[in-house]
Amino acid sequence: MSGAPATPSMTAAAPAQGPARALLLAAFVAMLFIGTGLFQSWTLALLIVNMALVSSIMALGVNIQWGYAGLFSVGTMGFVALGGLSVVLVSSAPAPGGWAAGGPGILLGLMMGAATIAAAVMAAAKLPKGRIRTLGVAAILIVGFLIFRGIFDPAVQAVEANNPAAHGNLGGLGLPVLLAWPVGGLLAAAAAWAIGKTALGLRSDYLAIATLGIAEIILAVLKNEDWLARGVKNVISLPRPVPYEVDLQRSQAFLNWASSWGFDPITASSIVVRLMYTGLFAIVLLALIWLSQAALHSPWGRMMRAIRDNEVSAEAMGKDVTRRHLQVFILGSAVIGIAGAMMTTLDGQLTPGSYSPLRFTFLIWVMVIVGGSGNNWGSVLGGFLIWWLWVMVEPIGNWAMTVITTGMADGWLKGHLINSAAHMRLLTMGIILLLVLRFAPKGLLPER
Amino acid sequence: MDILNALVAFLNFVFIPGLAYGAQLALGALGATLIYSILRFSNFAHGDTMAIGTVFVILLTWGLQSVGVSFGPLPTALLALPFGIVLTAILLLATDRAVYRYYRRVKAAPVILVMASLGVMFILNGITRFIIGTSDISFTDGERFILTAGDFRAATGLAEGLAIRTTQGVTVVVALIAVGLLFWFLQKTRTGKSMRAFSDNEDLALLSGINPDRVVTVTWIVAAALATTAGTLYGLDKGFSPFTYFQLLLPIFAAAIVGGLGSPIGAIAGGFVIAFSEVMVTYAWKKVVTYLLPDSLAPEGLVQLMSTDYKFAVSFVILIIVLLVMPTGLFKGKSI
Repeated sequence: MSGAPATPSMTAAAPAQGPARALLLAAFVAMLFIGTGLFQSWTLALLIVNMALVSSIMALGVNIQWGYAGLFSVGTMGFVALGGLSVVLVSSAPAPGGWAAGGPGILLGLMMGAATIAAAVMAAAKLPKGRIRTLGVAAILIVGFLIFRGIFDPAVQAVEANNPAAHGNLGGLGLPVLLAWPVGGLLAAAAAWAIGKTALGLRSDYLAIATLGIAEIILAVLKNEDWLARGVKNVISLPRPVPYEVDLQRSQAFLNWASSWGFDPITASSIVVRLMYTGLFAIVLLALIWLSQAALHSPWGRMMRAIRDNEVSAEAMGKDVTRRHLQVFILGSAVIGIAGAMMTTLDGQLTPGSYSPLRFTFLIWVMVIVGGSGNNWGSVLGGFLIWWLWVMVEPIGNWAMTVITTGMADGWLKGHLINSAAHMRLLTMGIILLLVLRFAPKGLLPER
Repeated sequence: MDILNALVAFLNFVFIPGLAYGAQLALGALGATLIYSILRFSNFAHGDTMAIGTVFVILLTWGLQSVGVSFGPLPTALLALPFGIVLTAILLLATDRAVYRYYRRVKAAPVILVMASLGVMFILNGITRFIIGTSDISFTDGERFILTAGDFRAATGLAEGLAIRTTQGVTVVVALIAVGLLFWFLQKTRTGKSMRAFSDNEDLALLSGINPDRVVTVTWIVAAALATTAGTLYGLDKGFSPFTYFQLLLPIFAAAIVGGLGSPIGAIAGGFVIAFSEVMVTYAWKKVVTYLLPDSLAPEGLVQLMSTDYKFAVSFVILIIVLLVMPTGLFKGKSI
């Protein structure tokens, strides 16, 4: 971990080393999930597994940025949301009349906006320094902004007026939903390129604050630009890559299969659907892990770690640090974008109101740090462990509060305490993060 | 008369709200910049420190109200503020002992301290929700207005009204007092001077016999006072909600960086730059423009540069421009 001091406590706190330790921890986490399945229900266990797989991929993306290269980016939520947007844009059906109402106008407006920024950047680079440059750039920006609003606003109004109760947006392309996953990665990568170009030269904490802002802006766009993905009115019933439970229950072949094993058809159908998601997600995760491991152990990976551990000496060896940082920032963001698209596919809907930085940025960071920065398998372990805890802390807290308050008389305090159990999650995550940072700063699975 | 009406509309909808918001941001940014310059890390828990400080003040205000204490026309929360500051200071000092002190001792990289502050942020956010829930709370009382729009119209005969809410007046006055006290403390007292010395050059300060533990303790106490005051004023003015306090982190850091991280004057200037830009970019200028232009040219649209939902974008764009053009901020800050 970049800059982490080598304290004696963290080498001492490792009873088992290497693969044995990894297997032991993996077995422990597996026990948690099997326990959930046995004592609660297998549908719940699979639900947690699926989100844990998605979270692990997000953690993998953050690990690429932080663990490989030491980039402190806290814009994860923005890339997750962009991935979600790609699902709407790629796979939802086109809104009838939406494109005709103002699609070309919106596209032209956006192109004018991009052209304005490009012209301003070029003018800033080409014109001689001084008052002329300042005025020129300002003039380009103001005129460009007016043209942009002039074309963009009427088009947006026309699209949003098109049957707002059901659509009011452009809709998507109606393509298979699996295609949205790589597209989500590309969308996030494109955004990361633009962000990286401006913010990556900055110092570490400035980058953190800049990315925090970017994530909020991306979310604000998703919430307010109704023509894009209906904003906070949400896009629901997105297509699924797997069959619907109802269809399975209607299929005679499935019913025969279920009864031959003695399963209840309704439970069986939901378990089968979830297992299909698990399979799809696991394939993506394993492919990404394989690629990341290969990259980490290639000369490129060694170079990245060299840059992370000592930027100055890496630069002296002729490595282009800023360029490498940009590259790794884009790669990590693309992985996060893919995970965001997968999550929206799993949910079957895009709800911009439900994205919060605590859940989609900082929780992922906790996964990476707890798992072990720089270690891909650590991110996966952290993803599974922390996601299980995030889901289970609430019922555990509820149970604990009920036990604590059994002796109390019914009243304001008792009700308040029981209601408050829902907020135990944040508290628990904070404590776990602080304990790991302090006593095992290299995480559960250290890098080497 | 139309120019006067335009001016009044500008004062009413842009200047006064911007002034109050700027004062709140400035106090927040002062706390963040102080922690940065002396403890040398960006404290991501600062927004949640403001939130929990405000929670203490709200609880104390409710306590005072229930025993029948009030502050006349002013909000009762002002009476509760000093006690809220004490509680927040105790909390921050406890956090420092439990979390940050260890990393100072092992001389951890600043980014590790930032991560630790993420953990503290989670915990403070959790405690805030645990104590007071997630709903919006309004805890202002006393007179609602210093000057109502109706009185102003009656007194001046103008069509446009000018209203000044008590919370806006209180914000500006309290912020002035707080900033005055802070600068007196930093410039004139021995402890304040030792803090500045520590911020300028830690090694030299240690060499000249300054006790680092004392400097750190005082820094946390001052930061607690600033954060609680900023949070309380913001809550009085706009209502308390734990989510908005977390989101204030961005404009506050933007203000501190725009002014120059580590520079108290810069933090104040940055706070007002961010606040006024935010208000001016997101205000619908239709009213002001209609007064100024002849009827034939009256605008049809709202004449709004950006919808209010994009106010984050404003702080962000200013932040990026300042960082690209003058990386150390308006008033030369430091970079570690």
